[in-house]
Amino acid sequence: MYSDVEAAARNGSDHLPSSGGKLIMSADDMRRALTRIAHEIIEHNRGVRQLVLVGMRTRGVPIARRLAERLDEFEGVQVPVGELDITLYRDDIGLRAVQPMVGSTAIPVDVSDKIIVLVDDVLFTGRSVRAALDALIDYGRPRAIQLAVLVDRGHRELPIRPDYVGKNVPTSQTEDVAVRLRETDGQDGVEIVSREVRA
Amino acid sequence: MLIRNLRNRADVRLEGSEEVVDGRGLVLLPGFVDLHCHLRQPGFEHKETIATGTLAAAAGGFTTVCCMPNTEPTIDTVGTLQHVVEIARQEAVVRVLPIAAVTRARRGAELSDMAELAAAGAVAFSDDGSPVASSSMMRHALEYANSFGRVVIDHCEDPALTKGGAMHEGQVSERLGLPGWPAAGEEVMVARDVALAAQTGARVHIAHVSSAGSVQVIRDAKRRGIRVTSEVTPHHLTLTDEWIERGAYDANCKVNPPLRSEGDQLALIEGLLDGTIDAIATDHAPHAMADKACEFEQAAFGISNIETAFASLMGLVHAGKLPFDLLVDKLTRSPAAVLGLDLPADDWVLVDPDAEWTVDAARLHSRGRNTPLHGHTLRGRVMLTICRGRVVYDALREAAIAS
Amino acid sequence: MTAAIKSQGPAVKAHSARNGQGHAAAEVDPDGLQPAGLPAPAPGPRRHCLDLDDYSAEEIRQVLDTADAMKEILARPVKKAPGLRGRMVVNCFYEASTRTRVSFEVAAKNLSADVVNFSAGGSSVEKGESLIDTARTLVALGANVIVIRHSMAGAPHVVARNAGAAVINAGDGRHAHPSQALLDLYTIRERLGGLAGLRVAIVGDVLHSRVARSNIHGLTRMGAEVILCGPATLLPVNLQLAGMRFEHDLDAILPQADVVMPLRIQKERAEGGLIPSLREYRQRYGVTTERLRRMRPGALIMHPGPMNPGVEIDPEVATSPQSVIESQVSNGVAIRMALLYLLAGVAV
Repeated sequence: MYSDVEAAARNGSDHLPSSGGKLIMSADDMRRALTRIAHEIIEHNRGVRQLVLVGMRTRGVPIARRLAERLDEFEGVQVPVGELDITLYRDDIGLRAVQPMVGSTAIPVDVSDKIIVLVDDVLFTGRSVRAALDALIDYGRPRAIQLAVLVDRGHRELPIRPDYVGKNVPTSQTEDVAVRLRETDGQDGVEIVSREVRA
Repeated sequence: MLIRNLRNRADVRLEGSEEVVDGRGLVLLPGFVDLHCHLRQPGFEHKETIATGTLAAAAGGFTTVCCMPNTEPTIDTVGTLQHVVEIARQEAVVRVLPIAAVTRARRGAELSDMAELAAAGAVAFSDDGSPVASSSMMRHALEYANSFGRVVIDHCEDPALTKGGAMHEGQVSERLGLPGWPAAGEEVMVARDVALAAQTGARVHIAHVSSAGSVQVIRDAKRRGIRVTSEVTPHHLTLTDEWIERGAYDANCKVNPPLRSEGDQLALIEGLLDGTIDAIATDHAPHAMADKACEFEQAAFGISNIETAFASLMGLVHAGKLPFDLLVDKLTRSPAAVLGLDLPADDWVLVDPDAEWTVDAARLHSRGRNTPLHGHTLRGRVMLTICRGRVVYDALREAAIAS
Repeated sequence: MTAAIKSQGPAVKAHSARNGQGHAAAEVDPDGLQPAGLPAPAPGPRRHCLDLDDYSAEEIRQVLDTADAMKEILARPVKKAPGLRGRMVVNCFYEASTRTRVSFEVAAKNLSADVVNFSAGGSSVEKGESLIDTARTLVALGANVIVIRHSMAGAPHVVARNAGAAVINAGDGRHAHPSQALLDLYTIRERLGGLAGLRVAIVGDVLHSRVARSNIHGLTRMGAEVILCGPATLLPVNLQLAGMRFEHDLDAILPQADVVMPLRIQKERAEGGLIPSLREYRQRYGVTTERLRRMRPGALIMHPGPMNPGVEIDPEVATSPQSVIESQVSNGVAIRMALLYLLAGVAV
């Protein structure tokens, strides 16, 4: 999500602001949503053959790992998990005062002819996903790319729609969706934060 | 003209006009004498002319300037000398005293017609811009010029040591990666000239002394009774090689000899205080923009400074490093004495020792905008310059209009 | 300071690469070590890379970390990312160079920038057009980044001050070669896991070496110790920076060094009287197989290239397992991608 990246660039870290917003998904809600998505992935692809999960940095990566754990649990197959940094694929190069740091990308397998499930925490304008699609294709020619997100908050600016959604959350433009994960933030939960609070 | 309420003396009446000038806070001094400047005419009129250079001199408080012969053609014949004298008579606003070349075309191979040149008005001889590299040629020049009472001014630089040098060799040149011009490159030549002066009994004048070592050589020579005089420039007294680094290779700080270290600067001031150095001379060296707006190593040597000289030197006075009266002496009586001249009675400069002004290269009278002081605020200002009884520069009127 | 003229007002130029004018006098850590209490990054985004003397340790680390990400791109089947799509990089080479020019060109192309190569022999004055005019012309033609190599120190600073583009110094006279030093730092960090506390011996003609000068700044800023070893005639003996020292006896320091970096020695140095002969030079300062045996196990051999095999370095040493000379070349592309990315993408 762009605003995350930008906030990170501004703050010099990936920390989201501490709570102060409205809780829309608890840790339990999140666990159930991910379990459902894992089932949907298996159902939709009739198994997990040729599947690769690719998490979009930063918070898409731990979510992809959690999905992989569930796929292993349900199907007994270890699905490869990659991580993708989209910084170099963004469409606002040259519009900022400071270049955001480029993170590491690691795709452990050849993506050609694989089914890639791209995983991110929040789907908003769709620009990050657009960038991720370009990045993925630089690694080869996947048979298909599907999209899984924990939260879809609407306000798309590009013709992109998710295949798997944890929760649809209507938001206003003045709000931000803050996803917190154990791996990156110490605890699980999703909140809506009004931008005034963030500022 | 009547100047009243002066800080340093009683009211002064000058011939010529009925104007009354309020001299409150101002100091009236004899017009300054510059032993060493470059007026660039003939040959380099795009850098400076006798007209613009003397306007600049007047703005700097100088009423007598000695111009160096590194023109095109070189001032090494009576014809060229007379040409310069004639232009000066028509166009100069202050007194211009030409210096003629020691050797033809300053090539160091044959002596110019020195006696004839002296008779035609050459006040001294110099191959400035280059040294008289051959020791034997220098010896002959000293002996010959001495026989009719003229002094040879030497630009001291051993070409083998300074070849390619772009700035003072030291910490800063090592940091900036610029080829060094070592202090020894000057000092060995100063030592040679002192030895030749001792050998011949003729007087030698050392141009633009820049290093502590040179000061020491001259001090020792004077103590031994050897006939040597010397001059120092305002920029060597007030700037250091660090200005080049601070200016990120500012070519306006490139000068020959180069700006040196703080230690050298202190030694030069000490040399003025104890009389080792006789005079302050500007070595005003105007250049066209293109000569400086390029790679540092490619840039021409020289600083346009005749208009900022007094004000920048006043910085030393305000900092308590140089007594005001000594500064005045080094700009007036003492340089005149180097040439055996008396100060003209009708040349004056009125200065405000405390007025602050900001140097704007675009507003210099000189065609040479090559000053490292652009944008710097200086304390001390020339307000009025009178040469041969005529006002040739008047900042009082400007100030009055401005306020 | 004695300068009687106060520096004030707009004319106080500093040589900070942030505005192209000016100078953050190299802040030096008193004990030569970091990481605590490092110079605070100067305000405002950096616009130029002119030398490493005004890079903080944090900034250097940022470049090296970015180069890590760039290196991953180099391992892909399609070695290209659109990070600088639509940006124009001009390689402006006033001095012959193959490896640096090609390295910058590959780096720019890997990031999808438009690349224009421009070379001119000799100085701009000889060419009849001033450096400043050339730079302004390039910017008028759309250059966002000017990568400049020049035989004269400070030429990139002149361009940075006068043209509205980011400037990367690809080597100026004997002054600086920051991208080479950064790739050296990167290679050392990659092989030895870090830089702080290491002892790096730079051997030979340090006086005429821009690579050495930039490495001294970079290495000492990162907490390494630098030993400059060579004959007195080839050392910048006036240079005084924290964390470096001069030595004349290579055999004495060899067993202490974690990295040994012989510099190219040019034949002209003998002709100019700086050394008696290449034979005597090799005898005293050549990194020979014999000397390689007396180095620490695991110590690295580096060379900025181009080499004179058999003079400052034996060919067997250059190809020994301890040599990382080839990695230096490939890491150079990643470092230059990082520099271009960090400087070229910024809104001007």
